[in-house]
Amino acid sequence: METITITMKNQPALYLEADCVSPDAFAGMTAAQIAELSVYEGNVTGTLGKYFDVTGSAGTTAADTKIIVRGDVKKVKYLGMKMSAGEMVIEGDADMYVGAWMTGGKILAKGSVDAFAATAMKGGELTIEGNAGNYLGAAYRGDWRGMSGGKISVKGNAGSDIGMYMLGGEIVINGNIDVHVATHAEGGKVVIKGDAKSKVGGQMVEGDIYIFGSIDIMMPGFKPAGEVELEVEGTKGKFAHFIGDMGERHKKKKGQVIYANLYKKI
Amino acid sequence: MSEYVIKNGHVFDPVQGIKGDKAEVAIKDGKIVEKAGSGAKVIDAKGMTVMAGAVEIHAHIAGPKVNLGRIYRPEDKLFTCTPTKGMERMGSGNSIPSTFKTGYEYAKMGYTTCMEAAMPPMFSRHVHEEIRDTPIIDEGAFPVFGNNWFVMEYLKNHEVENTAAYIAWMLRATKGYAVKVVNPGGTEAWAWGLNCLTVNDPVPYFDITPAEIVKGLIEANEYLGLPHSMHIHPNNLGNPGCYETTLDTLKLAEGMKANNKFGRESVMHLTHTQFHSYGGTNWGDFESKAKEVTDYVNKNRNITIDTGNVTLDETTTMTADGPFEHHLTGLNHLKWANVDVELETAAGVVPYIYSPNISVCAIQWAIGLEIPLMMKDPMRCYITTDHPNAGPFTRYPRVFKWLMSTKAREEQINAFKHKDKVLTQTSIGSLDREISLYELAQMTRAGPAKSLGLGNMCGGLKPGMDADVAIYNFNPEKPVANPDDIEKAFTRCAFTFKSGVEVVRNGEIVSTGHKRTLWVNAKIKDNPQVVRDINEKFLKYYSMTQANYESLGHHFVPNPFAIEVDAT
Repeated sequence: METITITMKNQPALYLEADCVSPDAFAGMTAAQIAELSVYEGNVTGTLGKYFDVTGSAGTTAADTKIIVRGDVKKVKYLGMKMSAGEMVIEGDADMYVGAWMTGGKILAKGSVDAFAATAMKGGELTIEGNAGNYLGAAYRGDWRGMSGGKISVKGNAGSDIGMYMLGGEIVINGNIDVHVATHAEGGKVVIKGDAKSKVGGQMVEGDIYIFGSIDIMMPGFKPAGEVELEVEGTKGKFAHFIGDMGERHKKKKGQVIYANLYKKI
Repeated sequence: MSEYVIKNGHVFDPVQGIKGDKAEVAIKDGKIVEKAGSGAKVIDAKGMTVMAGAVEIHAHIAGPKVNLGRIYRPEDKLFTCTPTKGMERMGSGNSIPSTFKTGYEYAKMGYTTCMEAAMPPMFSRHVHEEIRDTPIIDEGAFPVFGNNWFVMEYLKNHEVENTAAYIAWMLRATKGYAVKVVNPGGTEAWAWGLNCLTVNDPVPYFDITPAEIVKGLIEANEYLGLPHSMHIHPNNLGNPGCYETTLDTLKLAEGMKANNKFGRESVMHLTHTQFHSYGGTNWGDFESKAKEVTDYVNKNRNITIDTGNVTLDETTTMTADGPFEHHLTGLNHLKWANVDVELETAAGVVPYIYSPNISVCAIQWAIGLEIPLMMKDPMRCYITTDHPNAGPFTRYPRVFKWLMSTKAREEQINAFKHKDKVLTQTSIGSLDREISLYELAQMTRAGPAKSLGLGNMCGGLKPGMDADVAIYNFNPEKPVANPDDIEKAFTRCAFTFKSGVEVVRNGEIVSTGHKRTLWVNAKIKDNPQVVRDINEKFLKYYSMTQANYESLGHHFVPNPFAIEVDAT
């Protein structure tokens, strides 16, 4: 695997939209060619090389390419957008849409990321060592097709509206989360090892939520369905089982109505 | 103005009966002329196809429900934005493009006249503001009448003259072009939680049936002698077995004769026929009844139709058929918007994905193609996608490809997941007709222009007509190696002229022309009763005054083109 390193040298005055920073876009290019790729600062089109030092070389394919993003990229959006293979390491904090629409490959964000990370993700892995913002693994604005595959892991906390319209895949949050979890979901799995606030699983049709900590306010549409012994993400324990959201339509499989499941650790 | 002469092109013009011969087309002062002056700019169209600018008879491209679609579907704009380029302003959207993108895309495909198919009268100002902001193409808008309180009250007592006077007032107040009817009576019934699924279902409170509304509006339309016929989206759209309601609706025109000075012969235009040609009793035994519907239309010369082709895309459905959209959101569980327009109509919007992996969608695709392939007279069958309901208008070139090439149809049929079901439930597999370029010109130019009463103005290349010309990079003398070449050629014109102005060159916009708003100014005898009724309705029921209702002046209609009708 070849490694290419981009290091922030000139901070943008506005936010920088750098959707070209992905193994797919870099594959088969030299450092000089990569520096010529277009990025957008407001309504001005510039080159990646205007803002970043580009060193190393990319592999012939995306799968063969690893990107290391160095320096302060707090004002850079769309890192790893639509990537399908390869690797990317973001050493500091990043702005919105990290790994949005990604279908494969691995992203490791060593700092925190802002909102809309892994929007409508289809596959691959996104690991965030810091905190995640709002709308992690959610659908794009207006869309009903949220995250459908892959895995998101967050060591810290996450914001609100994570897993909105989720259809599949996995989100694991080590810390706490804000309101709205897996709203409208029709599949997938969300594990919260810390505490949740409210609106957990609102209008959820199908899928599973596991909460290890507390829930401030339960959704009235979830109804108790006994207790179960489970092993979740390496932790064994007893969970209170709820099914819902009772206000939503639900599919039937083999005569059985399929509800979404909410498990709360006792 | 500039003079042009288009030389060496293969001209297809049903108005003059030219079937691909090499002929010169001369343009002067915005009109087609016999001969241009010696200083005329020469356009060499060697190896190219020359047609009149195409005429769109039915699309939803301006107004509140289109804009509602834009507002509540930001995902339709995702990755579909086109940046500023040369003359072009930025655009966005796929199934519901922004106004500017709408104008550019039509012009690039060689369309120069387009009709907005459903204008809620109360929101005509919004419709006209969007029409104003849609560059290049001439546009008209059809106000909807099929669920209007005035119309139902007059026609309950068969007061055709009063209905006609009201229509004339409405066309003037809203700068409207024609009488549009959507789910007659059914949309009003929807306000009562009901619907009208046959032509004999009573409309609650108003004590009238869809059949009485339709017949009365045809009579009023012909009383006035409007350029276009009554334009109908019948009851029971989109349901298995709906073709029976369609045939009952068509039969209402029996014995009716067109009365107008525009050369129009039809009294009823049946729109998006595909959605109204379904047999079966449920989605499992869903089947095509295109043959039954086209057999009837083939025999009855006072009816014209358009197709409503399904293009197998993700799109946004929008219609004044409020109950239908509620039904649809129940089927696909996607987001639904609904609006009631006081005293007049309603509308609903639901996104829809026509997936080639779903048998019903594939059968709908087949029905949309069967209809034009089964119609004997291409002058009475026009190609539409009921944009954006069955697909975006930008897919017209793909529909042309399917119609012009059995090979292209076979390729698509083989790509369907439920190929066998498509072949048993429709007869698309046994139709080997290929639409010729001349027939295409009839279906997209001369035909719709004639039905709209614009046959003397556009849709042809006869001297004296507006100089709307489309030149395609398509050589009719060469065999088509790959059907995709048809789609490619019709997607981007080599040249488009609109009223004598070169607006497209090599597929790029080079001028935004001077678009016009077409409307119909019908003069009638003084009718104090209707004037009094209108005043009374505004005082008693409307939430706005009449002065705030009408679309007047430069702001709304900066470049009007009134078609005068005298019914005094």
